[in-house]
Amino acid sequence: MAQIGSFALLFALALSGYSFLAGIVALVRKDEGAERLGETARRAGVAVFAVVFLAAMVLVVAAFENDFSIAYIFHHSNRDLPGPYKFATLWSGQEGSLLFWALLLSAYGFVLRVRYRTDPRLFAYASVVIAAVQVFFLLLVNFAAHPFAVMQGSLPEDGSGLNPLLQYPEMVIHPPMLYLGYVGFTVPFAFALGALAMKYPGEKWIHITRRWTMVTWGFLTCGIFLGAHWAYAVLGWGGYWGWDAVENASLMPWLTGTAFLHSVMMQEKRGMLKTWNMWLIFATFGLSIFGTFLTRSGVVSSVHAFAQSSIGDWFVGFLALILAVCVYFYVKNRSHLRSEHKLESLVSRESSFLFNNLLLLLACFTVLWGTLFPVLSEWVQGNKVTVGPPFFNRVNIPVALLLLLLTAVGPLLAWRRTSVESIHRNFTWPAVASLVVAILLVITPSSWGAPFGMRPWQDASAFYSLMTILLSALVAFTVAMEFVRGGRVISRHTGQGLLGSMIHLAHRNTRRYGGYIVHLGVVVIMIGFAGAAFNQDKEQEMGFGDQMSIGRYTLICRSFTQDDNPNYSSEWAVMDVLKDGKQIDTLYPERRFYKASQQTSTIPRVRSTAQEDLYLVYEGQNQDTGRPIIKAHLNPLVSWIWIGVWIMIVGTIAALIPNAAPLRVAATARVEPVPAGAGD
Amino acid sequence: MQFNMNRSNPITAKRAMQMAFLVVVVVALVGAGDQSSRFNDLGHRLMCACGCNQILLECNHVGCSYSDRMRGELMAALDRGDADDLVLQSFVQKYGPTVLAAPTKSGFNRLAWIMPYVALLAGLIGVSYVVRIWRSRPLVLPADTPAPVHGAELERFRDVARKETEL
Repeated sequence: MAQIGSFALLFALALSGYSFLAGIVALVRKDEGAERLGETARRAGVAVFAVVFLAAMVLVVAAFENDFSIAYIFHHSNRDLPGPYKFATLWSGQEGSLLFWALLLSAYGFVLRVRYRTDPRLFAYASVVIAAVQVFFLLLVNFAAHPFAVMQGSLPEDGSGLNPLLQYPEMVIHPPMLYLGYVGFTVPFAFALGALAMKYPGEKWIHITRRWTMVTWGFLTCGIFLGAHWAYAVLGWGGYWGWDAVENASLMPWLTGTAFLHSVMMQEKRGMLKTWNMWLIFATFGLSIFGTFLTRSGVVSSVHAFAQSSIGDWFVGFLALILAVCVYFYVKNRSHLRSEHKLESLVSRESSFLFNNLLLLLACFTVLWGTLFPVLSEWVQGNKVTVGPPFFNRVNIPVALLLLLLTAVGPLLAWRRTSVESIHRNFTWPAVASLVVAILLVITPSSWGAPFGMRPWQDASAFYSLMTILLSALVAFTVAMEFVRGGRVISRHTGQGLLGSMIHLAHRNTRRYGGYIVHLGVVVIMIGFAGAAFNQDKEQEMGFGDQMSIGRYTLICRSFTQDDNPNYSSEWAVMDVLKDGKQIDTLYPERRFYKASQQTSTIPRVRSTAQEDLYLVYEGQNQDTGRPIIKAHLNPLVSWIWIGVWIMIVGTIAALIPNAAPLRVAATARVEPVPAGAGD
Repeated sequence: MQFNMNRSNPITAKRAMQMAFLVVVVVALVGAGDQSSRFNDLGHRLMCACGCNQILLECNHVGCSYSDRMRGELMAALDRGDADDLVLQSFVQKYGPTVLAAPTKSGFNRLAWIMPYVALLAGLIGVSYVVRIWRSRPLVLPADTPAPVHGAELERFRDVARKETEL
């Protein structure tokens, strides 16, 4: 089986190499044979998908058949591992996950090459760039991190097993989502570099790139938040984001990708920021590769990182090559990227996008800086310092608040210039309504539970929390007002109800209103983050009948016991949950010991409501008394984060739906002024 | 000192507001210094030394040989009445500089805190420069009286107008 996989990988490398070289020759040559050569390059690229898919399936089958002659299967699987996790073995280790990278890239390349008729010349350029990236990853899996390396000596009876932290249902979908995001940015990068290399006329390439970027950005968003949910549900520390180096690595391309999705509108609508957009895409792809490098090189320590290996040198070389190629084509063809328009007013949609990009890039820089500062510190001072949550929170929270403010104001500004009357008309009621929300949160009694009864003057976290909710409310009200005002205009002309009119409105400009829905999702998530200022926790040894109180909850230990199955043995407690003295639930926090890997894992249990999560962790047993130690966390508003992610997904899908036909209004009819933003 | 809320006397009203502000600050600070909030604050400024990369008060490793001991040491230091800086310094001496969850604001480590602001400043200067260039760019206007627009050119203008004003 190992031979089939190894051969498939070598064959895929040869095909990718051919697709790259023949593709370049076909683009450079001007004779009649160039087209046929280009077609063979395209078909070779299509075939790469089938061959890499074969290699990946060989690894999956080897996992299911417990073929421990393959070292990778021995290290990441065992006989009693449940089926879905055996499938997840594919991306559980260094070598397999690189193969998975190559598989997803070949799948994206397959779709791109099959749809080449959209613009054969541009797609041919993009295909060459993708083939080059594919060659790099196939070189890695063939020569640096071979997933089909065989075991030496006698064959082991059983494998070492999968890391217990990965034995959780979300880990079957979190890495694929994250990788679809990371790998997907290769496609916009390929189009951007191709368009620059060929001096592509017009902005069509950016239309094509934007859709790919949105899809990729959507996957990365899902991947990041699935990771956050996994951390919350599995790691058992009561939080969902720890500013870990690997988490940061996924956030950086997301931030630059978000900046691109906004600034690209400047190029489409006004022919501005062409150079900026080009470099944003280059940076986003570069950060995706850099993130992969961070995860795998051992440069930074992380709970998520793969083992330290020499693979980092390959990535450094590849990053240098990417930079050199991008700089070369930019210097050669930069005259093609001149802006077409001038900025007419500082109070305009254009300037709001400029500041939006500035803040997103600043956030990206601070994350990058904080992630790499320990390395820099070790290099300069000889000792590594820790850059943890206190640094990232302190620096990034003000940036996030400014971004929220821009999210509220930006869509209300018109292209070119906006009058003061227009701002006044569109902004007064949302501002008043959000202030009312903030005042209500301050004057309500704290006995209602967080976030009521806020005391922003008591500490900085409470102040930031209140500001977050205030600005989130502002965004929500401005978005709602945009929908209502636009819906009313449609309603007057069509006679439809307001809700139907708003749906009609959204369908006529899916990108704009889909974007608003995404913004709504973001503010719901931000409100969820704001709840962290009011987190409480308590730890106690709990014997039969013992009680612990936290917030309005009382926990009573009814029992604690043990269990055993072929994969793991476990200890767990039965905890009755009472709220205001009335029983509402029973939770079973658990600790597992995985036999194959000889590792322990906690399985927290969560009772989640819109207002707060009660989160119980089985910390361990007191060795003297044999009684369990239970840690209870009370985390307000966490469920808002997961709801917000769903809203963002809905918004992204809505933005990808093609627009409906425009509404035809008779020339004599007087058309009411549409919302001030008027345009994306 | 006369405390007078008479609205006709702006200086006194201003002073009253200053006093009110002072009262709020004092009340806020009174609540901030108790032992449990100091334990929580300092515990979140320290890392667990077991190598798990987690904040001391969030380390939940089963059988972690460090976190319980470190929490005990922190509590003991607070019981002794040590000041925050002294507590942190004693942890650095015992466990090394990586025990602090964020860089200090002295020496080379200060750079960690300064750079985000430098980046913000550089970004603002960059944006101002771009805006200046864009605003100073001349509008391309025809030398003579504009001729009526027809056909493809009209269509192009329509397209631009649609892009900039579409619903």
